[in-house]
Amino acid sequence: MPLEGDIAQRKTTFKQIGTRPIRPDGVDKVTGRARFGADASAPGMLIGKVLRSPHAHARIRKINTAKAEALAGVKAVVTRDDFKDRNDALRDVLVNCMARDKALYDGHAVAAVAATTAAIADKALKLIVVDYEVLPHVTDVDEAMKPGAPILDKTMFTNNVEPKPTKPSNVASRCEFALGDIKAGFAKADVVVERSFKTEATHQGYIEPHACLANLGPDGQGEIWVCTQGHYMIRNTCADLLGLDISKLRVTASEIGGGFGGKTTVFIEPVALALSRKSGRPVKMVMTRNEVFRATGPTSSTSMRIKVGTTRDGRITAAEADLRYQGGAFPGSPVELGAMTAFACYDLENVKAVGYDVITNRPKQAAYRAPGAPMAAFAVESVIDELAKKIRMDPVDFRLKNAAKQGTKSAYGPTFGPIGLIQTLEAIKAHPNYRAPLGPNQGRGLASGFWFNFAGQTCTTLNVNLDGTVALAVGTPDIGGSRASMCLMAAEELGIGYEQVRTIVADTSSLGYNDVTDGSRVTFASGLATIMAAREVIKKMCARAAKTWGISADAVTWEDGQAKPAGSNAGNFKPMSFKEIAAASHSTGGPLAGHHEINADGAGVSFATHLCDVEVDPETGYTRVLRYTIAQDAGKAIHPSYVEGQFQGGAAQGIGWALNEEYIYGKDGRLQNAGFLDYRIPVASDCPMIDTIIVEVANPKHPYGVRGVGETSIVPPMGAIANAVSAAIGVRMLELPMSPPRIVHALDSRLKKAAD
Amino acid sequence: MSGHHVTTTINGDSVEFVCEPQESLLDVLRNHLGLTGAKEGCGTGDCGACSIELDGRLVCSCLVLGAEAEGRKIRTIEGMAKGDKLHPLQKKFLEHAALQCGICTPGFLVAARALLERTPNPTETQVRYWLAGNLCRCTGYDKIVRAVLATAVEMKQEKRHAA
Repeated sequence: MPLEGDIAQRKTTFKQIGTRPIRPDGVDKVTGRARFGADASAPGMLIGKVLRSPHAHARIRKINTAKAEALAGVKAVVTRDDFKDRNDALRDVLVNCMARDKALYDGHAVAAVAATTAAIADKALKLIVVDYEVLPHVTDVDEAMKPGAPILDKTMFTNNVEPKPTKPSNVASRCEFALGDIKAGFAKADVVVERSFKTEATHQGYIEPHACLANLGPDGQGEIWVCTQGHYMIRNTCADLLGLDISKLRVTASEIGGGFGGKTTVFIEPVALALSRKSGRPVKMVMTRNEVFRATGPTSSTSMRIKVGTTRDGRITAAEADLRYQGGAFPGSPVELGAMTAFACYDLENVKAVGYDVITNRPKQAAYRAPGAPMAAFAVESVIDELAKKIRMDPVDFRLKNAAKQGTKSAYGPTFGPIGLIQTLEAIKAHPNYRAPLGPNQGRGLASGFWFNFAGQTCTTLNVNLDGTVALAVGTPDIGGSRASMCLMAAEELGIGYEQVRTIVADTSSLGYNDVTDGSRVTFASGLATIMAAREVIKKMCARAAKTWGISADAVTWEDGQAKPAGSNAGNFKPMSFKEIAAASHSTGGPLAGHHEINADGAGVSFATHLCDVEVDPETGYTRVLRYTIAQDAGKAIHPSYVEGQFQGGAAQGIGWALNEEYIYGKDGRLQNAGFLDYRIPVASDCPMIDTIIVEVANPKHPYGVRGVGETSIVPPMGAIANAVSAAIGVRMLELPMSPPRIVHALDSRLKKAAD
Repeated sequence: MSGHHVTTTINGDSVEFVCEPQESLLDVLRNHLGLTGAKEGCGTGDCGACSIELDGRLVCSCLVLGAEAEGRKIRTIEGMAKGDKLHPLQKKFLEHAALQCGICTPGFLVAARALLERTPNPTETQVRYWLAGNLCRCTGYDKIVRAVLATAVEMKQEKRHAA
């Protein structure tokens, strides 16, 4: 095999890829030894706590911290005055961590203390006096867009609209993605369905609250231990906000107890560093669950209108979407991603998707698994289902007839290469669950979904040890078992055993910059960098063998984990194994290591189709999920168990989003269900076994064909479940979640309509 | 502020500690005794990540006061493996990839052991309802339920073998 580090150097037969070994961090995690964000401590450590606004919108006239500072055991208090204001892209991040002139949502941080015990810190918070001028607030996206709505930011004029608005509003920007001529397209349609939808905000719901342990000395040198999806992001952002040199802040990523996008930004970390700097002591901060709900990013709530037209024989002629996403108190809702992905499953000539990014008095939204896509997919897939019923076509066949395939130009720009949507649809159609008999009050639904997947900046280092084992350092925190995949890829490439590779997530001072673990990018991008680093090691090992044999380096080939003399030297020397070359390295040139750095591209888009059966109790409106089946394109499954796990986990989060989970705000603008009792995520008894089918349409931009798998799985569930529930009760459900009260209301409306 | 002096037994070892009256047993385990295997996901008894056994009863340690541990017998995740020998549940969780991030895993294991000690041959429904007090946000529960059911089968076979 050629040794040049060409990404196009594809492998299609594997010895270890696709097997299911025990993950390297597994034993620590089943014995309680694994150390998560809140599991660290330091000598002399203080406990930091945050005072949060009880108001949805209020001007902060004055903050008096004198009494808190005077309390015995309190070592530091920080407010907005301890963070330098700024006018650049990081201002919103800073203001979200610590309010400045206004508190913008219930839960917005206004001050923080560090004290010798948690009890003293809590007491100190009660002694801080904040003088608020309470302002009118708005938390609903449609209300926030109305003329006369309370304006959060008087300097905000909607971007990307002509003519430029003369009045400020809560609409930060407008975006549009279009192809063809939708007017002409709708004119060709025999059947048109147009519907309006709403979805409530949901939280990522990671079980581990945000936690960190910060230590910043008067010399400007510091360290943070933190649960995060991106420790380089933590380093760069915190260094910037606190005026530190990047090199002087060392960030170690703890084991992370779930993230799903919610741990891709900073909240308490800059505050902990500021408290540490002020007190001269290490400061540990751990959010309560109440704080996680009130002050960290849920996803957007949305309001959407979808219109799709089809011919009677099932060809879609035009599709249109208006999407309104509120992203909390700052611009940046993922509406653009919603608009880009809304119709990505379909091969359409005429399509238009418009999005509005709206601000409201809610916590700043954070990424949540395929941010922006699931809501639009719920709405679009509901309309597609209704159209299929209207033209009496099987919903799989209707989708197959219009499915995006290789060569389809998507409304958001690119023309797709090899993709697996059709294979997922065919796999669902062939599955026995598609034909399982349904009883009374039961319904079946399906939906497809799309996600881009990201790649991004990545580097890895692979060090060969004297005993022939390998230490692999990656810079992407492992949320769902990615270290196992890295070990597999390194072992496959090097021709050594899986057990011979030990993968760690290196701290920021030990390895170059890596983008956040997001966009389903890790197995693709860190995997790619791992494979390339391994190829560099092989190249060096061949050179070492050549040196040992006294032949030229290009006269050595690498086969089955061994350097072999080739060409005219073939058979002249005994092949040298990986282990033998490693053992001799001290006498052939010193340590052996490979490194690869890349700003990766070509992550490979991914599609999935989900099938779901439900039973709805017409008395209570309670929905039970009976069967759930997933087919998704993984490109190439490195460790199939963890690929299945990503599919199943996305589906379960989708079940919650579809049926239970929602942010409930009172008239006072306060979050009413900031806890796991009232914000109910699915538990084991809410879920059935979740059947999975891994489709593998190789991604040509990865040496093994990998596509990201983490996010696509949350795109189809809400559409699939809504279609199933609507079929079960005979009423089209247009709002999420389809909680029992909403279903009972829908059934009552149907009865009333029938009576009228 | 005066502390309570408490003598208790944790994973078979006699332990003494001093805690404040309002401190939870979870805080004592994690912050005073360095037993950080039990996790705080909510602090209100809703997530089960802090599950332990108190005199054989499965409880959320965030809902128990440290002072209540006096004279009791506590079992935590740290005592589940015997030396270098993993409990069958721990092995099956690994084999079945029944964890992703792993934060909920100690709680699930402690709860699942309590189930199997009472109900050695649970049905899938029994497993799902027994574990309904433990939240997992990563896995969709499929592989967790399978791991518990597979452990029950294996433990039964081992028992038969031993008999």
